[in-house]
Amino acid sequence: MIDFGYSLSKSRTLRIDNLDDSRFKALHKLEPDAYKCIGCGSCTASCSAGVFTELSLRKILLSMQRGDEKEYLNQLQSCMLCGKCMLVCPRGINTRHLILSICKICSIEK
Amino acid sequence: MRERFLIGFDPFVLPFMIGMAFVLTYCIVGLVRVILQLSKADRRKLAASLFKPANAWRNIRDMFCDCLFHVKLWKRNPKLGYMHSSIAFGWFMLIVLGHIETFMFVPEKAGLFYYPIFFRYFMMMDNYSLRGSFFFFAMDFFLLVVLSGILLAMYKRIRSRFFGMRRTTRLSITDRVGLYSLWAIFPLRWIAEGFTAGIAGGSFMTIPINMLLKNFMSNPENITVAWWLYSLALGTFMIALPFSRYMHIPAEILLIPMKNAGLKVYHPRKGFALAQIYTCPSCGVCIDACPMSASKQNLKDTSVYLVRQIKRNNARRMNAMTDKCLMCGKCQEVCQIALQSYDIRMKIRERATYNLELNHGYLDSYQPSIAKSKVLYYAGCMSSLTPVTGRSVKKLLDAARIDWTQMDPDGGVCCGRPLILAGRRKEAEQMIAKNTAIIESSGASILLVSCAICYRVFKEEYALKGIRVMHYTEYFNELMEEGRLKLNRGALRYAYHDPCDLGRGCGIYEEPREALSRVGIIAPAEKERAMSVCCGGSVGSLTLSQEDRIPITQASVQNMLFSNPDRIVTACPLCHKTYSRFSPVKVVDFAEALCDGLEKKADKVPEAVLETVEL
Repeated sequence: MIDFGYSLSKSRTLRIDNLDDSRFKALHKLEPDAYKCIGCGSCTASCSAGVFTELSLRKILLSMQRGDEKEYLNQLQSCMLCGKCMLVCPRGINTRHLILSICKICSIEK
Repeated sequence: MRERFLIGFDPFVLPFMIGMAFVLTYCIVGLVRVILQLSKADRRKLAASLFKPANAWRNIRDMFCDCLFHVKLWKRNPKLGYMHSSIAFGWFMLIVLGHIETFMFVPEKAGLFYYPIFFRYFMMMDNYSLRGSFFFFAMDFFLLVVLSGILLAMYKRIRSRFFGMRRTTRLSITDRVGLYSLWAIFPLRWIAEGFTAGIAGGSFMTIPINMLLKNFMSNPENITVAWWLYSLALGTFMIALPFSRYMHIPAEILLIPMKNAGLKVYHPRKGFALAQIYTCPSCGVCIDACPMSASKQNLKDTSVYLVRQIKRNNARRMNAMTDKCLMCGKCQEVCQIALQSYDIRMKIRERATYNLELNHGYLDSYQPSIAKSKVLYYAGCMSSLTPVTGRSVKKLLDAARIDWTQMDPDGGVCCGRPLILAGRRKEAEQMIAKNTAIIESSGASILLVSCAICYRVFKEEYALKGIRVMHYTEYFNELMEEGRLKLNRGALRYAYHDPCDLGRGCGIYEEPREALSRVGIIAPAEKERAMSVCCGGSVGSLTLSQEDRIPITQASVQNMLFSNPDRIVTACPLCHKTYSRFSPVKVVDFAEALCDGLEKKADKVPEAVLETVEL
């Protein structure tokens, strides 16, 4: 391979055939607002726990849509459920229930 | 009076006796179950309270006032009060007088359950019957009292608005069986006693009936049919009673001593909670009171229906209804039996299971540096979304020359109440411990809180040694009383909203009003203090979506606009944020309203305004 000084970045393509979004669908059943997210990140910006940790609800929700939420779930554990994200969400998503529903559906394998 | 029959028995008493035996067995088994379900400490507490003279007297008084006279209901709604107490007290008197008659005339039959009830069938007048004439009149009088109550009850089913209730409970099938058989009992008793009035005597109610169709009425075969029907109605009612809302009649007798003993709910459908659930009479007062009833789709999620689902042990509905609730506590405030729906709901929430545990271990390394001062101000998470709160508090504290520091200038640790409300008390403890450590190490003597939600949890869950937790409404009012904070009175009319956690939660109603009346004029809301309506933004509700909250907020804003205020004032950042979106008038925080008094330099109140106030 000739070194051009740059290379292709790792593919972020999702293979729809292999996509496992069953947990996201289950989440949508528990909290229909899950489909509403536009990924603006207001929740993350206002997050009380985000001051201390990497918690980003936007990332968690996006990764759930892509079926690879495993690496982000431990972030969610730091949530204080204070509900500020619910007040700032421009789409009016019930984020607290969204988080509680994720807690019901997903678990961290040890 | 003397006996008509030698054997003193007739088969028609059987339906009544079967019903009676069934109810008694059911109640005794239920009583034993509830007592066994209590923890040992609770049982001891209950037993001890029964023998304390002051408490025993309170129990007896409450039983008469609540079960028979419905004093609380009279105060709230005289029409409903009359309806309930006429049936309860009238029926009670009929039973008591029946027993007295039996004791007086046939003491040897006093041990038979059915004798006092069917006294007029088994007895006949003799030459000395005048001695019973007092009873003839009294029995008919109380029968009339009960019948008037029944008539009102029937009318209430057609037009509940006459009784000031917009909505009443939709009855279940067993409730209906109970209701209709209860309605039938007293007219049938009237007719049955009318049939025998010629033999056993009667008064202004029963004699005219007897006179009406003399020959028909005095035919012994017809007499038995009438008494059969009366007994059947009684039997049906008693068989239906344990499965219907009428279980509240025996259950309340158990609940009153338990409540006076100060027991606590520990499980949603065991022990104390079970006694409460069976005492719920499904009156439906909580339906109109519930802020969620602003939209029709939520009606079935109110406390009265929750109790029904708990009785049925329908876990799916129980959880759904509990998660939807705003936890404002108003249903508890209006409830005639003071059903602790808040505690029961909390216990249901605490039993929910999650696969992913929250973990706030990361807080261990958080060590904020807080300057030592007398007053430590905790703004709370929500206040960072309403920065005006913090700014106004700062202005006021500086104006009063208070030595203070803020605990969470760049966002601190949450107080823990949102987690507790989501039923995750265990996980909130880490945060409570962290905050306690920070506060106690700060060396402050007063913890000042500007959020009603935080205030409640600091009061209820935290054990802060030597530190006075004060809500800013209390604190600023105290500063003004002491003359340390001087504010000028303006002409603005403020409508003060009682946040649920501050008012019903902590009982603070007067301080904010006193403080506000020093800077302006208080414009009362339609429903306020303990009856205040939740703003709809509560973190108590887990599943209510933002769209579904809109009608609740709109209804609550309307309630605040009752006397055309210039400003809506609230002492909770969450209410502030929620109201601001829907209010046509400016919504201000309590501290912001007080700041109005800082800015104006001795503005005189325009006379025109004073005149309208006097009107």
